[in-house]
Amino acid sequence: MMSELVGQLINLLAAILLMLSFAMISQRRILSLIHLFTAQGAILVAATLLVGYATHQPHLYVSAGITLVLKVILIPLLLHRVINRLDVRWDVETLINIPMTMIIGIALVIFAFNLALPISKLSVSIARGTLGIALACVLLSFMMMITRSKAVPQVIGFLSMENGLFFAATSATYGMPMVVELGIALDVLVGILILGVFMFHIREEFDSLDISHLEKLRED
Amino acid sequence: MLYLVLAIPLLGSVVLAFTGQHDGAREINVAFSLGTFLATCALTAEVISGGPLFAWNREFYIDPLNVFLLTLTAFVGLTTAIFSRPYMRVERDHGKMTPNRMRLYHSMYQLFNFTMLIALMTNNLGILWVAMEAATLTTVVLVSVYRTPASLEAAWKYFILCGVGIAQALFGTVLLYMAAEKVIGTEGGALLWTNLDAVKAQLDPGIITLAFAFLFIGYGTKVGLVPMHNWLPDAHAEGPTPVSAVLSGLLLNVAVYALLRCKVLTDGALQNPLAGQLMMGFGLLSVLVAAFFLSRQKDVKRMFAYSSIEHMGLITFAFGMGGPIANYAGLLHMSVHSLIKSGIFFAVGHATQKAGTQVMEDIRGLIKVSPTVGWGMMLGSLAILGMPPFGVFASEFLILTTAMREQPWATPFLLLALGVAFASVFSRVQPMVFGETSVKPLRHPPALIPVFVHLGLGLMLGLYIPPYLDAWYRHAARMIGG
Repeated sequence: MMSELVGQLINLLAAILLMLSFAMISQRRILSLIHLFTAQGAILVAATLLVGYATHQPHLYVSAGITLVLKVILIPLLLHRVINRLDVRWDVETLINIPMTMIIGIALVIFAFNLALPISKLSVSIARGTLGIALACVLLSFMMMITRSKAVPQVIGFLSMENGLFFAATSATYGMPMVVELGIALDVLVGILILGVFMFHIREEFDSLDISHLEKLRED
Repeated sequence: MLYLVLAIPLLGSVVLAFTGQHDGAREINVAFSLGTFLATCALTAEVISGGPLFAWNREFYIDPLNVFLLTLTAFVGLTTAIFSRPYMRVERDHGKMTPNRMRLYHSMYQLFNFTMLIALMTNNLGILWVAMEAATLTTVVLVSVYRTPASLEAAWKYFILCGVGIAQALFGTVLLYMAAEKVIGTEGGALLWTNLDAVKAQLDPGIITLAFAFLFIGYGTKVGLVPMHNWLPDAHAEGPTPVSAVLSGLLLNVAVYALLRCKVLTDGALQNPLAGQLMMGFGLLSVLVAAFFLSRQKDVKRMFAYSSIEHMGLITFAFGMGGPIANYAGLLHMSVHSLIKSGIFFAVGHATQKAGTQVMEDIRGLIKVSPTVGWGMMLGSLAILGMPPFGVFASEFLILTTAMREQPWATPFLLLALGVAFASVFSRVQPMVFGETSVKPLRHPPALIPVFVHLGLGLMLGLYIPPYLDAWYRHAARMIGG
């Protein structure tokens, strides 16, 4: 009975995660994107805690703690500082066709569910139904990285893809071994620091954070 | 000994993070690389006499497959450090490298070597992923070290493309873990390659198929397989030349190695040739596309980057065919390509510094100003194009004859691609080396020992493979199976 309730709750959180991904691909304002990313991180923490509680896997509490520190506090803080210093806080990205991205997004979700269906059946995990959602989140963030031309949204797309992967790991397998999770967290943190520094250099060299300016290196 | 192999480059990166801006840092860099190389030699001797070894709760594992790559990696790391001494001195004199950038460069160079060695030695597929991602991060910093618009663009593209690609590999690793957990249980060890290898026949084929698809896209991006190859020419062309040399010579090899480890598990679980067919298909596509792009390049480093894609395609194709001979040829090709391509980049590095440009049309008559650089480039190009008696000829010959026997449909494509590559590279390199000169001599003498040591080893592997090396290759080829 109890575990059924927890299972339902996890499904609910997964659904919220997917909705947040959709909100992200259709969000034009950079500041709102960061808020959405923070919310995604918070949902992820809650889902990890629930899975940990339901399955008595204490190491999931630790990984929830890492996620909380990294994705709800540290990275959003860094992103806020970057957009403040770069003065792009109120930037709005105009060049995206929202209805079109939504339709492609729905197609991606259907594709992801179909791909994950046979595998979900084999999983013994409590949250097995959510593997499809995790894959859908990965694909949606992937699409976000392709459709955006500004640097900050691309980076947020990258981070949200990592969220999707993390969710896949918790829902399908109760989390990866601890060393691996620590390594991944370290990579993400270092990666975001490097990208943050990069944005300043790009801005210095190109007077803009629009990646579509970066088109000199093309095949001729 | 195993810990020493990892400790030396890590310590090196810390030391150089504080001292890297000084003039002596270039020598310190060489010293640390030398230490790493000697430690891997000792480790290799240990493995040859004592067989495969585990360390640290089986988290590290050295077997015939990775031990030779380990030595090769440490060796190329050492020669590149030697080459980067005069190269970086010239760059500093030209004002392209400030003391801060020098420090960053040296520290990241050692850290990159560290990540490569970890990726090779780890037994844990999760750590393998972490090390590959860390290698991406260090090379992103190295590619962008000049801070020019073009290098920033190349680095950004590299990060985003490889970041996305390698994220797919993480998803594949999660799926693999999921399949393994059911057989091995959650009590740790379900990501250790040796454990997975022992139970590979019991892994669920459905999950493994999907897992391999993701792993293949992920690590295939790092190998530079078409159509995920876009980052590779940019990153090679815009970074400092020592970085191009290690990208081609080390990183691509380690990515192929990651792919091989995954292929062994997939083959065991699936009982069908899906993994091999995927590798053959994408390998062949890469060979063909890269060969035709070769003819359209104007930048010398870009051209040799496309040549790396071509050779990686060939290697992937060889391992895709599988079987003892093709695997042997693939391993041999990995070694000679790594040696000769980094040798070429050393020569190219000196040539572009002398000419002050990377545009091939503006580099003329190298042989008049500096016969050794000119000859190094000429011989290196001939070697990489598969002229006998260099090692590339031997491995390409083996791959082609195996393909004729086992996959006859692919042979015309391979021959066509090799022919096109030969015509385009040779017609570009020939006027750069001979003809009226346009280049001026530099104050610092170039480091030519690495170039000729690499070419000499490539030549040796073409004429004579020492018995212990031969036994190694055979053993590793049997292990990959297929």
